[in-house]
Amino acid sequence: MPPVQILFIIIAAATLGAALMVVTTSNLVHSALWLVVALFGIAVFFILLDAAFLAVAQVVIYIGAIAILMIFAIMLTRKMVKNPSPQFNTNWAWGIVISVVFFAGLFWMLNSWPGVNTSMPALGPNINPVVDLGEALVSPDAYVLPFEVASVLLMAALVGSIFIAWNRK
Amino acid sequence: MGDPITLIANWLSGLLTGWGLAPWLVTLIMSVIGIVAIATFVLLVDIFLVWVERKVVARFQDRLGPNRLGPFGLIQPIADVLKLLIKEDITPEGADKIIFNLSPIIALATVILLWGVIPLSPTILGSDINVGVLFIVAVGAFSTLGIIMAGWASNNKFALLGAFRTVAQLVSYEIPMVISLEVPVLLARSMGIHTIVNSQNVWYIVIAPVAGLLFFISSIAELGRTPFDLLEAESEIVAGFHIEYTGMKFGLFYAGELLHALTVSALFSSLFLGGWRGPFADQIPLLGVVYLFIKSFFIYFVIMWIKYSFPRIRIDHMLAFNWKFLTPLSLSVLIMTAILSKVLQGVSQPVYILTMLLANIVIAWITLTIVRRYAHVQRKQFTEFRPVAVPEKAQVTTTNP
Repeated sequence: MPPVQILFIIIAAATLGAALMVVTTSNLVHSALWLVVALFGIAVFFILLDAAFLAVAQVVIYIGAIAILMIFAIMLTRKMVKNPSPQFNTNWAWGIVISVVFFAGLFWMLNSWPGVNTSMPALGPNINPVVDLGEALVSPDAYVLPFEVASVLLMAALVGSIFIAWNRK
Repeated sequence: MGDPITLIANWLSGLLTGWGLAPWLVTLIMSVIGIVAIATFVLLVDIFLVWVERKVVARFQDRLGPNRLGPFGLIQPIADVLKLLIKEDITPEGADKIIFNLSPIIALATVILLWGVIPLSPTILGSDINVGVLFIVAVGAFSTLGIIMAGWASNNKFALLGAFRTVAQLVSYEIPMVISLEVPVLLARSMGIHTIVNSQNVWYIVIAPVAGLLFFISSIAELGRTPFDLLEAESEIVAGFHIEYTGMKFGLFYAGELLHALTVSALFSSLFLGGWRGPFADQIPLLGVVYLFIKSFFIYFVIMWIKYSFPRIRIDHMLAFNWKFLTPLSLSVLIMTAILSKVLQGVSQPVYILTMLLANIVIAWITLTIVRRYAHVQRKQFTEFRPVAVPEKAQVTTTNP
């Protein structure tokens, strides 16, 4: 087994374990911190795939912005930390069935795809993924339209949040 | 010649390969040795920083500072470390033990992590990743997380207040910092810090002084140093997030804060002051380390100078200063630099530098004019109404019981 594969298994186990802790821990702040661990595990996956930009963006956006705001919101609600609600409701058996079926479907689908057994091709010395990604985001025959639509959507969200928070006097 | 570190690294990796180890194992061992070496070096500098900080603040406050142990009190920091190590380690009741103990480690580790991407000299550098600048921002996110964890886990209302202030301050000051970091990225056409240093034939502080100043101000806010030290304001919330920490756990926070200041100085030097560049640095790489540290310590001195001469800024002023001043200014500087660097493609070097400098001066002048006008309006507003107790207007009731 090549070392990258061993690393992959360790990181995958850690990420899945952290993800499981997110939903089973009764303390809300703890589960938010476990979420940080799980998100960081995803960032390590991106590094294993030679996608450094995606890895760092994952950390900046998901840990630097989303997780911190979550923890901030949880810290403001003391009562929820002190009196946790039960972790399982009556539908937990159905949840297991659905996730097992979903996992089996994904497994079968990926197994029938020929690309699953090929190893990752190495990047050439003259390939700069960051530059390629940047150019693809603004070139008209690549992703300029989705990029602009997403920007407009974010702009609308910004304007909307200011409108809600505006104190008219 | 002049580069013993690369020499030792090459010799060691040759030796390990000669022992018949697999190439990936050799890379792993060399990386671990490199990480341990750079972290140890940085932490040793950190012990020295305590002495520098105490000596400089003493001069600012017209005192002598530590002067008993060793020449110029140089052994004092070692005595301090020993004192912190043998102090009683208290975990407050009701504290979240794991998170409480984890957060000082995160606070110091994130700072050391930043040294991985700062090129110390043309050949001595931790890692030349092509997203170096974004990596700095990502690590900053983790240091915010460490402070929040400390504030929450302490089970103390002042610590929690400190954590709240931290989120408000660090998250908002991240925006002008990231935008002003874009300017050197734009000028060097790369996010790798090594490439940015290499392309600084002229220091970027000359080409983009406004962006440099913005990065400097917002990184002082990220440090949480005066005038932005609201997260540990002693007179308001006692000591903020690290109120409950004792002994070496407090020491880690303190060391992290001092080292973070030096790290920010080194980053500023790398991005705007040419990093290791200087006379003969290309021939003798060890000289590059010396140049980088001279520049960094100069910036470190400026940070201390600001720290010990400015009063603390009020919290609403802190947020208003960020959102109404720094963010619009950094956005306009970024847009101006982007347009100019596209327009000026192909012109000769002196014309390029002069135009960039001139554009920066124009932006600074316009900003100052707007600020002056705003201040004028504000001053008028506050001087017109002066609520003074006037005898005929005051309703004096003279009823003697």
